[in-house]
Amino acid sequence: MHHSSLDIIHIDNRLSLKFKGELTLYNLTKYKKIVDNLDISKESSVVIDLSELKFLDTAASIFIYNLQKHLRFDSSIHVDTLCDNREVIDMLELVNVQKLKSKKIPDKKKRGYVRKIGEKTYQNYLVFLSFMSFMGELFAHKLHYLISPRNIRFKEIAFEINESAIKAFGIVALTSFLIGLVIAYQSAFQLKLYGANIFIVDMLGISVLRELSPLITAIVIAGRSGSAFTAQIGAMKITQELDAMQTMGFDPYRFLVMPKIAALMITLPILIFISDIMAIIGGMVVANVELNITTDLFLDRFGEVIAVKHFFIGIAKGPFFAFLIATIGIYRGMLVRDDTQSIGFNTTKSVVESIFAVIICDAVFSIIFTNLGI
Amino acid sequence: MKNIIEVRDVKTQFEDRVIHNKISLSVPKGSIYGLLGPSGCGKTTLLREMVMLQKFNSGEIEILGHNLNNIGYEEAMLLRREWGVLFQSGALFSSLNLRENIALPLVEYTDLSQAMIKEIVEFKISIVGLKSEDANLYPSQISGGMKKKAALARSLAMDPKLLFLDEPTSGLDPISAREFDALILKLRALLNLTIVMVSHDLQSVYDTLDKVAVLDNKSVVYEGDLKNILNVENEFIRTFFKGMK
Repeated sequence: MHHSSLDIIHIDNRLSLKFKGELTLYNLTKYKKIVDNLDISKESSVVIDLSELKFLDTAASIFIYNLQKHLRFDSSIHVDTLCDNREVIDMLELVNVQKLKSKKIPDKKKRGYVRKIGEKTYQNYLVFLSFMSFMGELFAHKLHYLISPRNIRFKEIAFEINESAIKAFGIVALTSFLIGLVIAYQSAFQLKLYGANIFIVDMLGISVLRELSPLITAIVIAGRSGSAFTAQIGAMKITQELDAMQTMGFDPYRFLVMPKIAALMITLPILIFISDIMAIIGGMVVANVELNITTDLFLDRFGEVIAVKHFFIGIAKGPFFAFLIATIGIYRGMLVRDDTQSIGFNTTKSVVESIFAVIICDAVFSIIFTNLGI
Repeated sequence: MKNIIEVRDVKTQFEDRVIHNKISLSVPKGSIYGLLGPSGCGKTTLLREMVMLQKFNSGEIEILGHNLNNIGYEEAMLLRREWGVLFQSGALFSSLNLRENIALPLVEYTDLSQAMIKEIVEFKISIVGLKSEDANLYPSQISGGMKKKAALARSLAMDPKLLFLDEPTSGLDPISAREFDALILKLRALLNLTIVMVSHDLQSVYDTLDKVAVLDNKSVVYEGDLKNILNVENEFIRTFFKGMK
């Protein structure tokens, strides 16, 4: 262990501080307290005796430096430092040199609430602007697509369709089946009370085709593929792969962004269709078991009361939801900065924002369709 | 055209932090040009501005006769095929193996046959000193030195006139680093390249560079050859070149 001690010798008006052993950051505080409590106002001379000091670390030499400075501040006191150990002298010298060079770290400026709110608002405004410029660039690149079909990357689109949609069939189908089951089960109980068993078909048909299937599908895809877009593009940004693409003249919009958006816009309607089928099957099972409505009866009634427009409205929402999910996912990926935390942060944000955007979009559609009387 | 790159009065600012205050420099044709300076002085930023990954606030950069300030989309795409960039960590595309990485620009930009592309890739692989059996490995399966070599091969795929290297020897062991230096000199002689590099490696600086620019305190404190560099009163230069008197 570090053996150390401080002898304070007082002769006449002469104070001697004799440090012995090893002075390090572990035992520094003890001595600092002792020294700070000394009353030196009556002394005429102070000797800092380091001659029996074996070792001095940087923290301790800063302490010695500050002590010397503090004592010399009072010009009536004569300060002497005794030392013959080369290593200790070098360490003190190092601190002296560095202290002259180094500047104080400025304290963080305190900011008032008004300023904080202002800065936050401005930041959000900048994020909004950058999203707009992203959309603008996207639009410009869409034009490139339209000008010449040669620019369309069919291979990448096919790859993305497989990755973000075909592989999602299972989870979308299962989720939708269960949702259909649950909705039918809950309403079956209520309908039975009134003997209105057969109306389960009307209720289920309209709610599933029009609203539930598109929303469920969009939410599953946002959680599954939207987040994957963010993480993938974010990781590519961190490893500089995006930069490399750009300098090689491979436009990331053409190679990464457009194929993803196109793939999702093509496949989300198909996924919604799958979801429609599965949710209705789920409802049919419950209707059969709980309400004694046979499959034949269910399908007869379904054909009678559910207009085909409900189905088309649900499907038509698909490309819009897909566009929102894909653009938000990709945009968030582009925002990833050069640190590992930001992938997680942006992935979370992308899922939350895309689900929020999908719901807003759905509400807008709802208003439009109602006002149009569809 | 004598100078491949002309940088005139470039000013860069991140919010209110000034990175470059009116920087000017010029890279002559056929030279190996080094950007030196203490870390945080904006070397890499300047390199990124040259390859159009980052915008600057004012001033002009002219590369191979194209002015980057008012370059159009098509022109920029053409310019990008005329240079190669080697990133610090290689930045090989992780979903492709080495051969596909190197072949990618050739596949996308040319109508060469598969067999021809394969031959070109084989040539590039051997010129940078990789073994041909490594060509089927993925970036995650190879060492740092091999990644750098493969990335160099990829940046050379289109036979660029101009090569940007961002700390080419960082992260390499001294032997590989010297090999890399020799490789760069060999390539310059073979392919008649102009090379711009950011480096922290003193040995590499002395072995390879013809002309350097030292960036410090937001501006260029020295531009010229290495012979006269010690005459400059600058702390970075004095410390950095101390061992080479």
